[in-house]
Amino acid sequence: MAHFKKKQAGTKQGVPTSAMPDVVFMLLIFFMVTTVLREVELQVQVNYAAAENIEKIEQKRLVSYIYIGPERLSGNRLGETRVQIDDALIDDMGSIRTIMYDKLMEEPRLIVSLRVDEDSEFGIITDVQQELRHAGTLRINYSTRREI
Amino acid sequence: MLNKKRNRESGEIDGSSLADIAFLLLIFFLVVTTIDVDTGIGLVLPPIPDDIEPPPVRERNLMNILVNAQGMILIDEEPASIGEVRDRIKRFVDNNGVDPDLSESPDDAIVSIKTDRRTPYNIYIDMLDEVMGAYAELRHQASMDRFGVPFTSLEQNSERHTEIRDAYPKKISIAEPDEG
Repeated sequence: MAHFKKKQAGTKQGVPTSAMPDVVFMLLIFFMVTTVLREVELQVQVNYAAAENIEKIEQKRLVSYIYIGPERLSGNRLGETRVQIDDALIDDMGSIRTIMYDKLMEEPRLIVSLRVDEDSEFGIITDVQQELRHAGTLRINYSTRREI
Repeated sequence: MLNKKRNRESGEIDGSSLADIAFLLLIFFLVVTTIDVDTGIGLVLPPIPDDIEPPPVRERNLMNILVNAQGMILIDEEPASIGEVRDRIKRFVDNNGVDPDLSESPDDAIVSIKTDRRTPYNIYIDMLDEVMGAYAELRHQASMDRFGVPFTSLEQNSERHTEIRDAYPKKISIAEPDEG
């Protein structure tokens, strides 16, 4: 009679790990999909302005960026306000027109995101906007951070 | 002869290291991922005008906002503070023909923004933010009155969303820059 069997004795201890590769693969695929590998190397300094009524751009693939801000020089100095598209600084404002027109041909739903330093003056942005209008890229977006 | 058979390795690939490889890749992508959603104020630029004259707009349907080189805001030639902008626009857009100096209907109301070459960018953004805020509040109000739910909770491109958006269209015009 004194023969009670412990209930757990039969079961194995330890968490089953056979599903672990599946979980890991799922995470892996999620991060692979969300990753944007190539970040542009900034040659201008951009501190975003803050705003409250902002919207998100969901389709990142439609977005093309234009950076406007003081040029970064060696030794932490800042130079003149310059315009950067992709990896190159723009010397001739007129070339923005052809660059953006080519991009528009590739992606007709293009949104141009202007990443402008908050201490810039509006004149250079006016010039860029005029070029964008000539190129026909009319959907723009002023990048801002959320005001806290 | 019999020994040979026993030494033969099994035909299957060992799968135990699969998890390690997956982990390695996972860690790589974890490190390089930047999940930053791009946020900002969206706007549509006016196309370059052709030779065709734009349709005339009645003075009462147009609200001129000028941000000058000193960062001062002028609404219809009068100086205004940044805090006033939102209320002024809400009154202007939602007038529905009551006040003879303000817009006839939200559909007709146009907010025209003009800047100077030396206007500070952050003041321009603050002002644009207020304009967007005014429209957001008007749409929120309309949505609460009609459907009893906030505008932001309506689904994009749904019937209700479109109805509210068409009731208060954002007609924001960027004025032509001055020559020189």
